[in-house]
Amino acid sequence: MIKDKEAGFVVIDLVKVIRDNKDFLSEIDGKIGDGDHGINMNKGFTLCEEKLKGKEFGLSEGLSALSETLQEDIGGSMGPLYGAFFGEMAFAAKEVISPEVFGEMLGNGIAAIEDIGSAKRGDKTLLDTLLPAKEAYHAALEAGKDFAEALEALKKAALDGWKSTENMIARIGRASRLGERSKGVLDAGATSCYLLLTSMAQSFQRLL
Amino acid sequence: MNQIVNDPDYVVEDMLKGFIKANGNLIAATKDDKVLKYVNTPIKEKVGIVTGGGSGHKPAFIGYIGENMCDAVAVGQIFSSPTAKSFYNAMVEADAGRGVACLYGNYAGDNMNVKMAIRRAEKDGITVKTVVANDDCASAPKTEREKRRGVAGEVLMWKVGGAKAAMGADLDAVIAAAQKAIDNTRSVGVGVAPCTIPAVGHANFEIADGTMEVGIGHHGEPGVKVEKLKTADEIAQEMLDIILPDLPFVAGDEVVVLLSGLGATPVMEQYIVYNRVEEILKENGILVYKAYVGNYFTSLDMKGVTLTVMKLDKELKECIDMPADSTGLKQR
Repeated sequence: MIKDKEAGFVVIDLVKVIRDNKDFLSEIDGKIGDGDHGINMNKGFTLCEEKLKGKEFGLSEGLSALSETLQEDIGGSMGPLYGAFFGEMAFAAKEVISPEVFGEMLGNGIAAIEDIGSAKRGDKTLLDTLLPAKEAYHAALEAGKDFAEALEALKKAALDGWKSTENMIARIGRASRLGERSKGVLDAGATSCYLLLTSMAQSFQRLL
Repeated sequence: MNQIVNDPDYVVEDMLKGFIKANGNLIAATKDDKVLKYVNTPIKEKVGIVTGGGSGHKPAFIGYIGENMCDAVAVGQIFSSPTAKSFYNAMVEADAGRGVACLYGNYAGDNMNVKMAIRRAEKDGITVKTVVANDDCASAPKTEREKRRGVAGEVLMWKVGGAKAAMGADLDAVIAAAQKAIDNTRSVGVGVAPCTIPAVGHANFEIADGTMEVGIGHHGEPGVKVEKLKTADEIAQEMLDIILPDLPFVAGDEVVVLLSGLGATPVMEQYIVYNRVEEILKENGILVYKAYVGNYFTSLDMKGVTLTVMKLDKELKECIDMPADSTGLKQR
């Protein structure tokens, strides 16, 4: 059983995975973007870590702090998108994070991204990581798998979804201006999203 | 890569401090360190003009804060949208009770953050309306104008919107004038060398020696076409060949021309291009009513130029003729 108040470390793990991949994210972004994705993400996540330092916090409090930091201090596209995502996840969290509660957190987070942006599946964005991951997670639960197995399915689908952006033509955001030239390169947002989802799933699995 | 900076991660913060110190007669800090305003803002009975965007475009965006120009500006990191909070704070600073016109460029991040800022401002009872600049012809076909990005044409949008507000127009009239300005404006850029984000430290795309990118973006986005480097006269022709049919501009039109360097192009080269631009316009029976040549909207140290042409009518002319005092545009 995962308790909200025992899962604050999940957020610290998110900070770490972004920090460890800062240069990798910027490098991917540099191919069809402006090359600062890792820098901006790391700035926001590190700032959140500083705000949480020395405090006792659970999962929902940690995610709220992350959401606020991204929305208020980062800006760009990733500030509002990830800010809305983690904000809604925090809001949907309950004292006990059951498989169903996590499913709702994920669903509400994705709905917030769809509301604030206007990207659709296949546009070469973080949704191409998120949507297959969510679907695989729910499919696994419906097939009678347990929480840990469903998270494993989520990780696998997130990886495939992320990789699928390589052959997509960007239809939104800065890379969309390149048309065909955006093909053959992974999307930076889908990459950070894959790292974050995988990290979150792994952290949860450690508690199960 | 030689740069004159302290910590490359804090170039925006360090620049803002210097900008405020150097321009105390025009610029005031606010409680949000990423929002600057005109010293006299809020101005009684006047619609507030707000803009904002990523940094690295000096004099845009903060250089257009001033008399009969923008009231408050939200500042983002290099090439990255300001936060929703800063856009909101800029709206609050600019509001004098007659509403706020938020005039900004069409980029995914700015669209999202402005949207969130407006939701918050409306809860405070502040009416905010927007015009989203989309003057860059090269960024999407004409049939998908809503996808085009805003570039140097934004300067003319702010000039017109700022003047209209200063004349005492209400929010709807200010919005209509700014929208008309951008609807009648077309731009295109040509890059001959890429730019470097200080914190990244190296150029993130290449323009090979002897080549040029037509349709280059203001953020180091590669252009839509790579060609052998042409002469200034040929570049002028190529840019106008894209711009003129797009509106279209026709014989008898009166226009404003804004030719901006992208950061590292000598002003000399800009005038060399402008010379041919005006000749070609003349050959097409198009009269240049006013020209602005210089670094009006840059892209860090990118080498290249953007050409912007705006078709005028009586209202736009009155707005363009209005005096203005900002660090980026001074006009008597």
